[in-house]
Amino acid sequence: MILYRYIAEALFYAFMILTFMGAFMAVRSQLLMHAVIGLAISLLGIAGLYFHLGSTFLAVMQVLIYVGAVCIMIAMGVMLGNTPRQLAEKNLKGRNLLLAIGSCTAVFLALFATLARTGFTPAVERIGDMSIQFVGENLLLQYCLAFELISLILLTAIIGSIILARGGRDGAVK
Amino acid sequence: MIISDNLNTYLIIAALLLVIGLYGMVQHRSLIGMLISSEFILNGAALNFMAFNTFTAPNPAVGQIYALFIMGLAAAEAAIAVSIIIVVYRRFRNEDPAIIQDMKY
Repeated sequence: MILYRYIAEALFYAFMILTFMGAFMAVRSQLLMHAVIGLAISLLGIAGLYFHLGSTFLAVMQVLIYVGAVCIMIAMGVMLGNTPRQLAEKNLKGRNLLLAIGSCTAVFLALFATLARTGFTPAVERIGDMSIQFVGENLLLQYCLAFELISLILLTAIIGSIILARGGRDGAVK
Repeated sequence: MIISDNLNTYLIIAALLLVIGLYGMVQHRSLIGMLISSEFILNGAALNFMAFNTFTAPNPAVGQIYALFIMGLAAAEAAIAVSIIIVVYRRFRNEDPAIIQDMKY
């Protein structure tokens, strides 16, 4: 039994490394297509983290929606609206790089300090479990508004993107 | 050392994702690169929701529903942003945000 625990922990480290390696690849790469691949790798790592958090449902949804749909859509965007060779422009250098890293570190330190001085207490009693059945019941009964909002937003997004991008290649909207 | 069932681990990972996303927003000089970075910020938020859901929330379905909501929002946002980027590229033949400054009127 203890062996399973160690394997799970090793997998957790692997997913964490996958997440951050992908994120660095997405942020630092020169070619935009490499950035998209980095995003996909990072999102797979996050799916593993969801699995560790006990929600298989969200892990599957992460792979399905993010890696399957959003990454493909961004890859299409890279290929359709191409800059020459799809370059992601030069990386920051010198003082700009220091400023960017400094401000990001400051944000992280502020969050970390807040986290370090906050104690989170677990709930006294929990209702239900993490199963898909319980999520489905909650989604369709108590949190029905969120469900309806998702569908409304997705419908609006589909119609909006079709209207925006439907003009011909010369940009004239007929 | 077992760190995978500790709330703080996940919160730190989420904070790091937020920071990487912010850095990517500053670093990338193309609109699609900025869109990719914004996905990291959204994922950090969703991971935060899920971490609190697993460790502290009384109803363990709420965090999953909200993470799902964030995923739907991110998909809608990516669809709209990609089509806007395509339109901008058609009109300006360029997608450097420093050059695209003028609006129609």
